[in-house]
Amino acid sequence: MEAQHVDVRNLCVTVRRPDGSPLRIVDDVSFSIARGEVLALIGESGSGKTTIALSLMGYARIGASISGDITVGDATLDGTGKATLAAQRGHRITYVAQSAAAAFNPSRRVIEQVIEPALIHRTATAAEARAHAVTLFEALALPNPATIGSRYPHELSGGQLQRLMAAMALITRPDLVIFDEPTTALDVTTQVEVLQAFRKVVREQGATGVYVSHDLAVVAQMADQILVLNRGTVREQNAVRAVLETPADDYTKTLLAAARPVIKAAAPIAAVGKPLLSIEGINAGYGSVDRNGRAAHPVLTDVSLQIGRGAAVGVIGESGSGKSTVARVVAGLLVPTAGTVSLDGQPLAASLKGRTREELRRIQIVFQNADVALNPAHSVGEILGRVLRFYHCTSGAALTSRVAELLDLIKLPAAIADRRCDELSGGQKQRVNLARALAAQPDVILCDEVTSALDTVVREAILELLAELRRDLGVAYLFISHDIATVKALCDEIVVLYKGTRVESGLRDTYAAPPFHPYTDLLISSVPELRTDWLSGVGSQGKVPFAHLPESADLCRFLPRCPVAIAGRCDVSLPPLRTMAAGNAVLCHRTEAELAGEFA
Amino acid sequence: MNVASIIRGARRLPLSGKIGLALVIFWIIVAVIGPFIAPYPPGSFANEEVFAGSSRQFWLGSDFLGRDVLSRLLSGARFTVGLSVVAVAIAASIGTGFALTAAVGPRWVDELLSRAMDTLISIPSKIFALVLVAAFGSSLVLLTLIIAITYVPGNFRIARSLAVGLARLDYVEVARARGEGRLHLALVEVLPNMIKPLFADIGLRFVFIVLLLSGLSFLGLGLQPPDADLGSLVRENTSGLAEGALAIIAPAAAIASLTVGVNLLIDAATQGKAH
Repeated sequence: MEAQHVDVRNLCVTVRRPDGSPLRIVDDVSFSIARGEVLALIGESGSGKTTIALSLMGYARIGASISGDITVGDATLDGTGKATLAAQRGHRITYVAQSAAAAFNPSRRVIEQVIEPALIHRTATAAEARAHAVTLFEALALPNPATIGSRYPHELSGGQLQRLMAAMALITRPDLVIFDEPTTALDVTTQVEVLQAFRKVVREQGATGVYVSHDLAVVAQMADQILVLNRGTVREQNAVRAVLETPADDYTKTLLAAARPVIKAAAPIAAVGKPLLSIEGINAGYGSVDRNGRAAHPVLTDVSLQIGRGAAVGVIGESGSGKSTVARVVAGLLVPTAGTVSLDGQPLAASLKGRTREELRRIQIVFQNADVALNPAHSVGEILGRVLRFYHCTSGAALTSRVAELLDLIKLPAAIADRRCDELSGGQKQRVNLARALAAQPDVILCDEVTSALDTVVREAILELLAELRRDLGVAYLFISHDIATVKALCDEIVVLYKGTRVESGLRDTYAAPPFHPYTDLLISSVPELRTDWLSGVGSQGKVPFAHLPESADLCRFLPRCPVAIAGRCDVSLPPLRTMAAGNAVLCHRTEAELAGEFA
Repeated sequence: MNVASIIRGARRLPLSGKIGLALVIFWIIVAVIGPFIAPYPPGSFANEEVFAGSSRQFWLGSDFLGRDVLSRLLSGARFTVGLSVVAVAIAASIGTGFALTAAVGPRWVDELLSRAMDTLISIPSKIFALVLVAAFGSSLVLLTLIIAITYVPGNFRIARSLAVGLARLDYVEVARARGEGRLHLALVEVLPNMIKPLFADIGLRFVFIVLLLSGLSFLGLGLQPPDADLGSLVRENTSGLAEGALAIIAPAAAIASLTVGVNLLIDAATQGKAH
């Protein structure tokens, strides 16, 4: 057999447990990658995928030790080849991290940082490296490739920084590039652009790559081979198409199923009649408020929505769309500059101080990141117990039994009440986070990206739990997410926010087929699909006519990104709110017939 | 936190931490029982010879008046350790209390407290203490208060930055959205999570206070005779410096071992907690 470019045999990574006994976090993993191919490592968090990727650079986190044989080109782990892996870092083997924003030094221009590896390892002179960097910028479809390098990291977007980091990794023409979840922190619309750029540059440069991800659909676009990992062991290894179409392993099947969430708990029919919670004409923002009642950094403009008793309304949009601000206004954490929030027809005070305890109890908020949403100093029982004592004056044995009941409701053992939150897994924490809101017996729960930080398999379980709770307790949700697939799975009504304006709202079924708002279309088409040719098909809508215009409060907010904007209409006045035949309301200059035609 | 878990924690300390812990425990024991085991009353002129070396009768020799150094050290340690502990407790309670008020209170309270503390911190601490001692005299209570006040702003700064950071976290937001009062936010949600770094700061400040107290005593503004803390023991025996008398080396070494011990313990304890 011909020696492979990257060859890993019997790789084990061992750490020590607190009591000193060894624990294998990667157990007997073997694989190889041919030159010019991309291998994807896929699995949930804790599956050891990043640990394996790092061990290819001869790097183990503090306290961990690597054993086995790894060969990358001429280099081996123990240096029996021409060199050790560790000596190849940043030169022959390079790394693209998940958060490029955190990986760049904010006080230096990006070009200096991009060419730095080439200068440190003396693979090129500064002038050559700069020229090479510019060609890479071009290949990565960065705007103004010749001058973008002279900017500072804070002047660039997350997607641009991620591509610049790829340029940094490719500047030394490495033998192996390791991509460690490079698009996980990005919005779907940005993710598409970055993936396209990555794929193009990897193919053009003929680079060999390892792509670490938890998202099968993303991996399907990037990789030639897939290695499915679970708890540090290999479950399946095959070509991408084979894994997607004929998965052999049960775990792979679970992953595939979780990638397309389907809620099994039957959703109740939302009661018609008076809405439970209604938000009317909210304007809100951060910073000081001027004389005209506008905040220094306005976030929401005239946002209205209604939630019926027991209904689930989804709010969707990319980061910066103001979706979390909606939840903060409803919860009373942020005082809006205009507009009202009413509960059962009764207007609520804008600030927390003005609301009664009963009003506060009926609206509960659940934050995205359970790691910071649960106080690490308290046990699960204390966290839940506090809410019960606070709203229901429960105490003594009743309190203990009620806490056990709540834990049962979220399908956790009652014994967990004595544990601290930092001893729980991510999914368990998110369940406790939910239970705290449930403890108040609220009418509405504001779920702010509650599933975004979770693995696909855990996410599916949480969504299932949310649907069951809604069916059994009749609680209503305002469900905020950036992921349209999640929102579609859980909610019966969906509101699309773009830069703080509501561009579309309607029942779930109206999002199944056009006509949509152009932004909704972009969101839907940006969600990666589980087929290998998806990436080639998207984003071919042609040019954006008004890309040069700055965003304006007096025009359609989406204008600078809209592919179907009309000169003389869209760049002149605010768009009207049109009601489509299917019942969805769309804020657009285009008529229903036009929108249906454009996106058919 | 029960005894068993404390012992387990102590076992897990690195060697430097164990040395620090041993020194700290040693000095606490000395402070508590020192005066009772002192072979002579601290003020009695037990030896004819001044600046005598070590002997079976006088383990640490005699001082400039022929008093037993060991006895004076044993009773002096109580002042140094006790006064510093009380002062650091006062300083930390006031500083952290203000810090929590600033973190969960309205903005203007934060501004007011922070600017007031800035004013206080801009005065050099030794000069500040000197001026106050010179103005009000040097009683034990006053000395403790002055030293405590000197170290309030430093503790406030650290505690405020910790508390303000914690008060922005989601779990505090959740508690606020629940309608919890400010006292609950400060004491139940914020305070428990800043205890560990705060403890490190308190330990460090204890060392500063020992040194400031010793410094003041050395200048003659600290404890007044016949009482003597470790710093005044060094000062009163300065004339023995030229002949390298044990009477000046012993208290100086005592100050050093106390402060180094506390520092080692803090370093080891906070490092262990970071993992």
